[in-house]
Amino acid sequence: MNLSVKLGTLTLPNPVTVASGTFGYGVEYAQLVDLNQLGAVVVKGIRLGPVRGNPTPRTVEVTSGLINAIGLQGPGVDGFIRKYWPFLKGLQVPTIINIWGTTVEEYAEVARRFEALDGVGALELNVSCPNIKAGGAQFGTDLKLLGQVVEACRKATRLPLITKMSPNVVSIAPYAQAAEAAGSDALSIMNSFPAMAINIETRQPRLANVTGGLTGPCIKPIAVKLVWEAAKAVKIPIIGMGGIQNAADAIEFIMAGATAVAVGTANFYEPQTALQVIAGLRQFMQQRSLGDVRELIGSAHAGG
Amino acid sequence: MPMVEQTVQIVSNERDTDQYFRLVVRAPAIAPRVQPGQFAHVRILPLKEALLRRPFSIFQVSDDTLSILYKAIGRGTEVLARMRPGEELSMIGPLGHGFTVPPPGGETPLLVAGGYGMAALYLLAQRSPQKGIAFVGGRRRVDILCEAEFRALGWDVRVTTEDGSHGEKGLVTQALLIELEQRALRRKLFACGPTPMLKAVGRLAADFNLPAELSLDEHMGCGIGVCLTCVVPIKAGGDWEYQRTCTEGPVFDARQVVWEAGV
Repeated sequence: MNLSVKLGTLTLPNPVTVASGTFGYGVEYAQLVDLNQLGAVVVKGIRLGPVRGNPTPRTVEVTSGLINAIGLQGPGVDGFIRKYWPFLKGLQVPTIINIWGTTVEEYAEVARRFEALDGVGALELNVSCPNIKAGGAQFGTDLKLLGQVVEACRKATRLPLITKMSPNVVSIAPYAQAAEAAGSDALSIMNSFPAMAINIETRQPRLANVTGGLTGPCIKPIAVKLVWEAAKAVKIPIIGMGGIQNAADAIEFIMAGATAVAVGTANFYEPQTALQVIAGLRQFMQQRSLGDVRELIGSAHAGG
Repeated sequence: MPMVEQTVQIVSNERDTDQYFRLVVRAPAIAPRVQPGQFAHVRILPLKEALLRRPFSIFQVSDDTLSILYKAIGRGTEVLARMRPGEELSMIGPLGHGFTVPPPGGETPLLVAGGYGMAALYLLAQRSPQKGIAFVGGRRRVDILCEAEFRALGWDVRVTTEDGSHGEKGLVTQALLIELEQRALRRKLFACGPTPMLKAVGRLAADFNLPAELSLDEHMGCGIGVCLTCVVPIKAGGDWEYQRTCTEGPVFDARQVVWEAGV
């Protein structure tokens, strides 16, 4: 049975990855999860320098979901390379590094820094974080800026580039096409939805940042639809994500057109989820005598 | 200090006083390795729409079982309170950086607890080579938990309640202040309870120039250091940074906590 898929020149041993920001830098899960069984490890967003992050409260649990406004707290490129890279480069599966910046030049500079690092699997361009004032979603919701960021990173590195799309657009198709045209090798669809919650006792927003990004099972049907639409618009592979809790969820994304999937918020409450998805996908294929996962990709498009 | 995820079976789950419950689970991979002040992150499986695990300080351990003292106060704990022996929970533990067990002949430990904060201090009291004083406070008599267990360890237990229904009337930190005014030499404070109490203990420690370890109670997401929900401002090289209550904590040196930052 073949489970391996390709994202540009990067081959994943299986299509099940983890969503940036839900898996730390991999090492945090090492005692609970056999990381070498994953399709890839995707690390939390890195910009050039360290980032302190937003004040607390940073997350609030809502019905079948989670709203977060972490603010991309992180160690910066140098801190990441010093603290986390020695562990990650020893893994047998690819590491995808999620990067961001507040300017086009910063994205390109971070991309250059990782181009120079041996063993990186791919870069994921975060142009869609809703929780930072400068950078993030402003790039993902402006066609021109999106093209500039991807193009600048394309010039800065030969590493496969995955653009992580914002769901906060009227139609995802032109944005997907803009990223493809600018040289992106794949798309991650998608980031979190802008959202908020209010404490009715205190009459205050529940997040210090007031608004945050909604993730978890409650967003899955919306994410499946965005993957469906993007798959019709571009030829490059898509990593589908949004509320995946089990193999059935992942297979929906694959049938909608995703070549790979990412488990996100579920990592927070059930660290084994990604491994369970892989096992469930295998079983699904076995039961239907499917020899290659690629037979499932986009298969829901056949009649429509 | 490796953590494991384990399906654990409920041995008992009974009301202690008022809204407080004692849960005992069989957790052979976790219980024997628990250090004082560590916690377990529990997935309450019947809780379908609330996704996250709930963190609980580990109260007592005995062979392959461990116990938790909790207050049925929110969606998660109310569902937990209805679970019966034989039912299962998913547990990750032991987690976090706990209290420093005092060395033999070291400072006399003074424990300060608010409400069920007492639970987080029990293993420390049990494993400390020298006995000390446990100050426990609560609003009412029903908020004073596990007093008997601490007395059974041979500790001096000083109870305060805000309404005076049990022990001295007042705040636990007032009782602590009175004690420190009499004698503050070679003593170390260990505290777990609501944030205002922890701040007050931190101030007393500074005033009397005593070491203090505080167990911070913050909203938690993943419990293993990834989601960055439970961060608190901690001094770092002339400045401060957000550190994780679940990983660098929950126990921090009181001098390192920057209470006024991060707003």
